[in-house]
Amino acid sequence: MQLKRKNKLGLWGWLGGGRYGAERYAYALHRLSGLGILAYFIMHIFVTGTRMGGPQRWQSTMAFFGAPSFKLGELLVFLAFVYHGVNGIRLVLAELGYTIGRPGRPVYPYVYSTMRQRPLFIALMIIAAVLMIIGSADFYLIAK
Amino acid sequence: MRESKLWFWHILSAAIILVILGVHMAIMHMGASLSAIGLGFREPVAAAAVFQRSKQLIFMATYIILLGAALFHGLYGLRSMLFELSLSKTLEKAISRVCALAGICLFVYGSYAAVYVFTMKGVTP
Repeated sequence: MQLKRKNKLGLWGWLGGGRYGAERYAYALHRLSGLGILAYFIMHIFVTGTRMGGPQRWQSTMAFFGAPSFKLGELLVFLAFVYHGVNGIRLVLAELGYTIGRPGRPVYPYVYSTMRQRPLFIALMIIAAVLMIIGSADFYLIAK
Repeated sequence: MRESKLWFWHILSAAIILVILGVHMAIMHMGASLSAIGLGFREPVAAAAVFQRSKQLIFMATYIILLGAALFHGLYGLRSMLFELSLSKTLEKAISRVCALAGICLFVYGSYAAVYVFTMKGVTP
């Protein structure tokens, strides 16, 4: 008899981390930020395509996207990219087998792989936060 | 193509994006901070700066590489997320084809735009 186990979790399966800890929620946010970046990127291809109309067409496009709401959207994309990129480094390292430690006997107190990579997770999130602060300051303070 | 190969390209494209898009983001969105320490452009989206970059081979080439890597990475990621919903084989096949077609169309349009601006006459860098 063949057992079939369907994934019926739907959106919770995508976004929820259950008891898997901060890294699982970071992964959910990674995917969410990825979707946002993809949506922006597709729009960005068409926006940069307006360069074909020459410098004046480009200037008028940039004037249109210079509105505060678009600037805020652009900032959100920047923040999403920083998060996605920095968290992606952690995911690739874990995927390649680094940072999760060697397999060993389960001796109390138990150490599991996410605990082993937690220092890296914290360090990368600090780096992401610093880049986000510099970028946000550039958007609204320094660039003025 | 086998799923393991697609996954390998997904990771490889991530590394490419991290480098090229990292530089792009630094130029475009951290320009003021970088120019304060002698690096970067003061007004990176001004027409003069944009067309100056667009007329350089290195920028055109990296733009096309980034376009291909980002489209593959993004659309493969979207496809993977949709596949987690336990869809029927027919629907999975349809999603794969739509993603592939969208990726190819966007890549052709974006590459055409990059080459068109690179070879554009009458725009002095």
